[in-house]
Amino acid sequence: MSDLRELYQEVILDHSRQPRNFRRPDHADREAKGDNPLCGDKVAVFLTIEDGKVRDVGFQGRGCAISMASASLMTEIVKGKSEAEARALFESFHDEMIGKSACHGAAAGELDKLTVLSGVREYPMRVKCATLSWHTLMAALNNAQTVSTESDDRL
Amino acid sequence: MTVATRPLAASAAANTPTFNLERVRADFPILARKVHGQRLAFLDSAASAQKPRAVIDAISHCYEAEYANVHRGVYWLSARATQGYEGAREKVARFLNARDAAEIIFTRNATSAINLVAYSLGAGYLKAGDEVVISWLEHHSNIVPWQMLRDRLGIVLKVVPINDAGEFLLDEYERLLSPRTKLVAVTHTSNALGTITPVTDIIRLAHAAGARVLIDGSQGAPHRQVDVQALDCDYFVFTGHKVYGPSGIGVLYGKADLLRSMPPFEGGGDMIRTVSFEKTEFADIPNRFEAGTPPIAEAIGLAAAIDYVTALGFDRIAAHEQAVLTYATERLSDIPGLRIVGTARRKASILSFVLENAHPHDIGTVLDESGVAVRAGHHCAQPLMDRFGIAGTARASFGLYNGFDDVDALVDGLRRVKEIFG
Repeated sequence: MSDLRELYQEVILDHSRQPRNFRRPDHADREAKGDNPLCGDKVAVFLTIEDGKVRDVGFQGRGCAISMASASLMTEIVKGKSEAEARALFESFHDEMIGKSACHGAAAGELDKLTVLSGVREYPMRVKCATLSWHTLMAALNNAQTVSTESDDRL
Repeated sequence: MTVATRPLAASAAANTPTFNLERVRADFPILARKVHGQRLAFLDSAASAQKPRAVIDAISHCYEAEYANVHRGVYWLSARATQGYEGAREKVARFLNARDAAEIIFTRNATSAINLVAYSLGAGYLKAGDEVVISWLEHHSNIVPWQMLRDRLGIVLKVVPINDAGEFLLDEYERLLSPRTKLVAVTHTSNALGTITPVTDIIRLAHAAGARVLIDGSQGAPHRQVDVQALDCDYFVFTGHKVYGPSGIGVLYGKADLLRSMPPFEGGGDMIRTVSFEKTEFADIPNRFEAGTPPIAEAIGLAAAIDYVTALGFDRIAAHEQAVLTYATERLSDIPGLRIVGTARRKASILSFVLENAHPHDIGTVLDESGVAVRAGHHCAQPLMDRFGIAGTARASFGLYNGFDDVDALVDGLRRVKEIFG
């Protein structure tokens, strides 16, 4: 049960029940859809980019508690960041999820907010749930329209 | 783990004089292992069943004592392996009550068996405008091959609707049949909902319309005695690993005259009579459809699995599994916020459900901590999930080694799910 409580922390449950920024921003100028064909989870990420910064971000979709909470937390963290910072956050979070390294450098402080998701690492089958929205964010930043968890062999 | 909620009738029903559950479980080595320190309640046999010792031993014995490539070997060991492989074919023929062992084609799995039929019928029998009828209950493996054929040949795909209980609508089906219907390809039992389809009527009506019938028996063969002659189906497919045999082997049964009229699927060794650079003459069935070295040890393992279930007897297996299904249905129906998806009158021991406030994957992860293995997701039946307006379900499927205690473990685990997700 301790592992489960580690996975499903109150913050995770709270964000999954009441996801933040669960909307399409009025002036979204970039968007991408992501899906995990293995489980059917779908997410769409919307961005308003101004002067190279993420002025607004929202998401919509359906999925498990992990994927919804991860998407919700992501929107809170990347809002106001530059595109480059958002990409760096993705890399750090991704590395953290696949256990490649602990978070480092400038991203470390920001990633503290995501340590609530670190329990996911103990559940390899669920890592893609946590990374789906981040991959979709990257697709939106890259002006790609769709992304699938099964098209990235680094996952 | 509490068993206090188990009714008195449970132990009796799960361990009757004709079906000794404890002895059956002792036949499956993996059931003795613990998962996360808990007794394993394996409720995912519809995805793949566990293997009895007899199957494991048969495969080991093949590799340790009787293995060589089959056919054409003039030495003793190859002859033994050939006897084992061809003996397995005869065993499968008797298992399905086929007229002739030549009507049994070994494939990689049920999916490859369906693809074989789709490819081969697409090379002559099916033409643009011809209609193929499937149902809403199909697994992707009985949808995608026909869609590929549709896109390649211009055939028309028609889909038989179901009702809210997940039952195949025979009247609607009859209306879909037309003189252009060339093939009906439907499942015997829905992998996602457990619905048993009215195959006898489906086949009769298709034949009356002049169409051939393929039955996807992947979920039927593990639970019911199949008699392809009584059914009169033209093709029947199933897979070894769901009937307690190894993975890597599937079966296509086809009526001999139909198989003989069909062009080969794959070309290569073992499927020919003579080859020159100008021309190849194909072998007769079944070899014509078995290019390359076949799954030898897998066929022998499948034969052992058939011996195992046949010795237990499908009457007893079905009675036991139905008792477990009934008990599980009752207990899960008592859980507030839980909705069973698929409530057909005739069901195999498959129980799909959704829970308020908890996604199927979260359910699966929490249950796993209790040693309860269920499948979560769309079950390779996305159109069916769409039909019910859901992304997926959690699915408990019961095999011959499951008992009331497994259901109790599931219910206890679901209680923990509700503690976490409300």
